[in-house]
Amino acid sequence: MDTAQASAVTTKTITFRIWRQDDPAKPGHFDEFKVPYVKGANVISCLMEIQRNPVTVEGKRVAPVIWDAACLEEICGSCAMNINGRVRMACSALIDKLEQPITLEPMSKFPVVRDLTVNRDRMFDALKRIKGWVPIDGTHNLGPGQRQAPVDQSVMYVLSTCITCGSCLEACPQVTQDNDFVGAAAISQARLFNMNPTGKMNSEERVRSLMGPGGVQDCGKAQNCVKVCPKEIPLVTSIAVMNREVTKLTIKDIFFQDESPKGHGGGLG
Amino acid sequence: MAAAARFTVVGGGLAGLMTTIKLAEAGHQVDVLSLVPVKRSHSVCAQGGINGAVNTKGEGDHPDIHVKDTLRGGDFLAEQISVKGMCHAAPGIIYLLDRMGVTFNRTPEGLLDFRRFGGTLHHRTAFAGATTGQQLLYALDEQVRRYEAEGKVTKYEYWEWLGTVKDDSGRCIGSVAVDLRTMEIRTFPAEAVCLATGGPGIVFGRSTNSIINTGTAAGRAYMEGARYANGEFIQVHPTSIPGEDKLRLMSESVRGEGGRVWVPRKKGDTRAPQQIPEAERWYFLEEKYPKYKNLVPRDVATREIFMVCRELGMGINGRDGVYLDVTHIPAAVLDAKIKGVMEIYEKFVGDDPRKVPMVIFPGMHYSMGGLYVNFEADPKTLTPAEGSPKNQSTTIPGLYAAGEADYAFHGANRLGANSLLSCIYSGMIGGPAMASFAKSQGTSAAAMPEKHFQAAKQYWQDRFATMIKMSGTENPYGLAKELGDTMTENCTVVRYNDRLKKTIEKIRELKERWANVNVLDTGNVANRALSYTNQLWNMFELGEVIATSALLRDESRGAHYKPDFSLPEPKTKDPTQDPEWMSLWRARHEKWAKTTVATYSEAGPKIHYEDIATPVLDPEPRWYA
Repeated sequence: MDTAQASAVTTKTITFRIWRQDDPAKPGHFDEFKVPYVKGANVISCLMEIQRNPVTVEGKRVAPVIWDAACLEEICGSCAMNINGRVRMACSALIDKLEQPITLEPMSKFPVVRDLTVNRDRMFDALKRIKGWVPIDGTHNLGPGQRQAPVDQSVMYVLSTCITCGSCLEACPQVTQDNDFVGAAAISQARLFNMNPTGKMNSEERVRSLMGPGGVQDCGKAQNCVKVCPKEIPLVTSIAVMNREVTKLTIKDIFFQDESPKGHGGGLG
Repeated sequence: MAAAARFTVVGGGLAGLMTTIKLAEAGHQVDVLSLVPVKRSHSVCAQGGINGAVNTKGEGDHPDIHVKDTLRGGDFLAEQISVKGMCHAAPGIIYLLDRMGVTFNRTPEGLLDFRRFGGTLHHRTAFAGATTGQQLLYALDEQVRRYEAEGKVTKYEYWEWLGTVKDDSGRCIGSVAVDLRTMEIRTFPAEAVCLATGGPGIVFGRSTNSIINTGTAAGRAYMEGARYANGEFIQVHPTSIPGEDKLRLMSESVRGEGGRVWVPRKKGDTRAPQQIPEAERWYFLEEKYPKYKNLVPRDVATREIFMVCRELGMGINGRDGVYLDVTHIPAAVLDAKIKGVMEIYEKFVGDDPRKVPMVIFPGMHYSMGGLYVNFEADPKTLTPAEGSPKNQSTTIPGLYAAGEADYAFHGANRLGANSLLSCIYSGMIGGPAMASFAKSQGTSAAAMPEKHFQAAKQYWQDRFATMIKMSGTENPYGLAKELGDTMTENCTVVRYNDRLKKTIEKIRELKERWANVNVLDTGNVANRALSYTNQLWNMFELGEVIATSALLRDESRGAHYKPDFSLPEPKTKDPTQDPEWMSLWRARHEKWAKTTVATYSEAGPKIHYEDIATPVLDPEPRWYA
C-alpha cells in the first residue's frame, strides 16, 4: 500500500551481523546478511526479510534466524536483545537511527535457546516469589473495589506497565546466569502490589520475600536498570522503597519478635 | 469424572486465562498451552478500554442500551442471547477487574472513570491509560500465577496446539501439541478443550495483530469438523499507522478523547498541517455524521476514510492517509489518558502527535467471525443459562471456543471496547460449560483407550517428519506474504465478486505450491520454519473460508461492503420515513440476516446459512447519519 508516510525502496542495503547458535550446548558464530533498505524499517522487519531469503553475504543458504517477537509495538516484551551492544526492543529499533553493520546478539544474562532467543523463566519465577497478585476472594460478584486517588493510580499505572522484557536484568551487573537475584522488575512489582489498597493487606509477605539471598539487598545500586527500561519505569525508586521496607521489617523482627505479623503497610505500623 | 478433572485451555490471552481461572477456581486442574509466555499474548495490544454500562456519569446508561448499541453496531448479525448476557455481566466484570488490581483511570472522587467510544452516545468505556488490554491481561495473568503457585494450573508456554484427539464417537478427548523449543510432540488428555487462540490477522499479512495471530488453531479445528461462522466479517480499523512489518493501531480512544479526523479541503495541498487554517480543513466525519461525529462505528469511519483517499483522491499529498489530530488537546490531558498510543506514534513515526497531527490509514484489525459456538438460553432472562454445557461449545463435542476465536458476539461489525469484554465474558461462561460437559460424560477422557492418543500422536509425528524433509523451491514466508497481499487487496474494505473469485483461485494456487516448500531449517531445536510451514496450510484454509463467505454474501452489511450490491441512499434523512427504501431494506434483511456457516471439505468450504433468532431486539435499519 502506497502511504502518505512513504516507503520508498532504494537500492541501498543494510548490513547485519547476527549471532547464530543452534543450541545452548554448541558454540556460536556470527552470520552476515545484507537486506534492501526500506524507509521506516526496523530490526524486526529486516529479520522478516531475512526469513524470506536466508542467504548470507557469502551466498550461503542458512536456516532463518530464530528470535522472539509478537506484538511489534513494544508492549508484549518479547523481542529484547542486544543491538549494537545495547539491550533494547528490536521492534522499536529503527534502522535509520542505527550504525551499520548492525550487530544482533541474544541477551547474556539468560540461557540461550537458539540464536537470539533466550529463556526468561527466572523473571516469571521471581513474580511467584514476590507473590505478585492481589489475593481476591473469588470471581463472583462482590461489587466495586476500593476507591483510589488519581495520584495513586498514576504511580501504580506506571509500575504496572512493566513488560517483563528482561532489559533491566541484562543491564544489571549483579545479575548473572548462575545467581538468583530477583532483579529490578520483580522488586518494582512488589512495590506495585503493596500500594494496591487490597494488595497491601499482604504487604509483609512480599517484603519478606525480598529479604535474604537473591532479595533486594543484592542490588549494587549501579542504576543501569532505570536507564535501559523501555517503559521508563522508576525502577531505582522502587528498589529504594522496597529496600527501606526490608530494613524496617528486619529491625521489627529484631525488636518485636513476639508480636504477630501485621499486614498493613509492611512497616512498623 | 473424578472430583478434580483435567482440562486444556489453548491460548493465554484474556479469554483463555479467564476460562482457566473459572476452572481452577472450581477446583479443577488446567493445562494452559500457549505459543508465547501468556503475559505476551495479543490481548496486551488492546488499547482503548472495556465497555460496561456502569452509568457513573449521570447519563442514564443501562446494560439494555449497551445491548442495543452492540446489536445495532453489528447490524443484527450477532447472537442475541450471548450479547445480552455479556452486556449485563459487563459492570460486574469491570468491578472484578478493579478488585484484581487493574490500574483503571479514576475520577477526582476516586471512582472508575469512563470515556466515550464509537457506536454509542454514552461514556461507557473503563480504561487504564491507553494500554487497557495490557493491564487487564496482567491482572488475569497474576491470578493464574497464583493458581500455578498452588499447583492447580500448569503452563506449557512455547507449545503449539496441533489438533484434537477424538474417540470413536467423535468426542474431543484431548489434544496433540508440539514444544516449540525441543520439537517434542505429545498428547494432552482432557475432559474438554477450549480454543482461545485469537484471530487470523496474519492471514492478511500485515495487520494490527501480533505476528503469532495466524489463526492456525481455528483453521485446523475447522479442518477437523468444527464449523466456522461469519468468516467474511473482517474489521478494518479506521486508524492505524502503516509500517513495513505491521500496521500499528492508533486507538479509537484518541477520538474518544476528542481527536478529530480531517484532510485539507484543497486536493493535493502540500502545506504542513499546522499551516492550514481551520476553514480550509475538511472534517468529513463530523460533517456527514453530526450526531456521532468522529465516533461512528469502525466500519463506517473506515469506509469514509478509504473513499476520501481512494475515490476522491483527497488523501494527504494524494496518497493513502488522513490526519488524526489531537494538537488542540492539552498535552497533560493526552499524557494522563492516552500516553501509551502517543508514545507508539512518537517511537515508530518520529513525530510528536501532541504537536503535529498524526497521519493514519485503515488497517486490518479483528475478525468478527470465528468458530461456530452454541448457547443455551435461560428463558427467563434471555441470557446464556448458567453452567450449561452448551455455552461456547463448537460443533465438535468436548471442543470449546472463546474470545476472538469464536464468532458470536459482534455480528457484522464489532464496537470498540467490546472485544476485551467478549473475551472475558466468553471465558466466564466457557469454563463452567466445560466442567458441566465433563460431568455429563459417562467415561472420563483420561480413562479412554490409549490407542486414540497413540494414533493422534503418530499422525503428527509422521506429518512433521515428512515436512522437515520438504526441500522444494518455495519459501514458506514468501507464500505467506503472497496470501497476505491478495487478502488485503481483495478482502478488506471494498469487495467485488470478480476479485474475490480471483482470490480463491490464488489461494488454491498457493495450496498447490505449498507442496513444493523448502522448509529451510533441519534443526531439532526451536525449528520455527517447520511449525510455520504447518501453520501456513491452516492459514490458507481460513483465507479460503473468508474469501468464499465474502463472495457468496451479495449484500453490504457492517464490515462487509460490496458496492455492486448496496442499497441506494434513502430519500429522507430518517430512512424509516422512506417507505420505498424500507421495503428494499426489508427484502434485503429477509434474505441476508443470517449466519454464514462454513463446513470443511477438501474441495473447498461448503457454505450454508442459519437463521438468527431475535428474542432480544427486533432488527431495524442501522443508520448513524
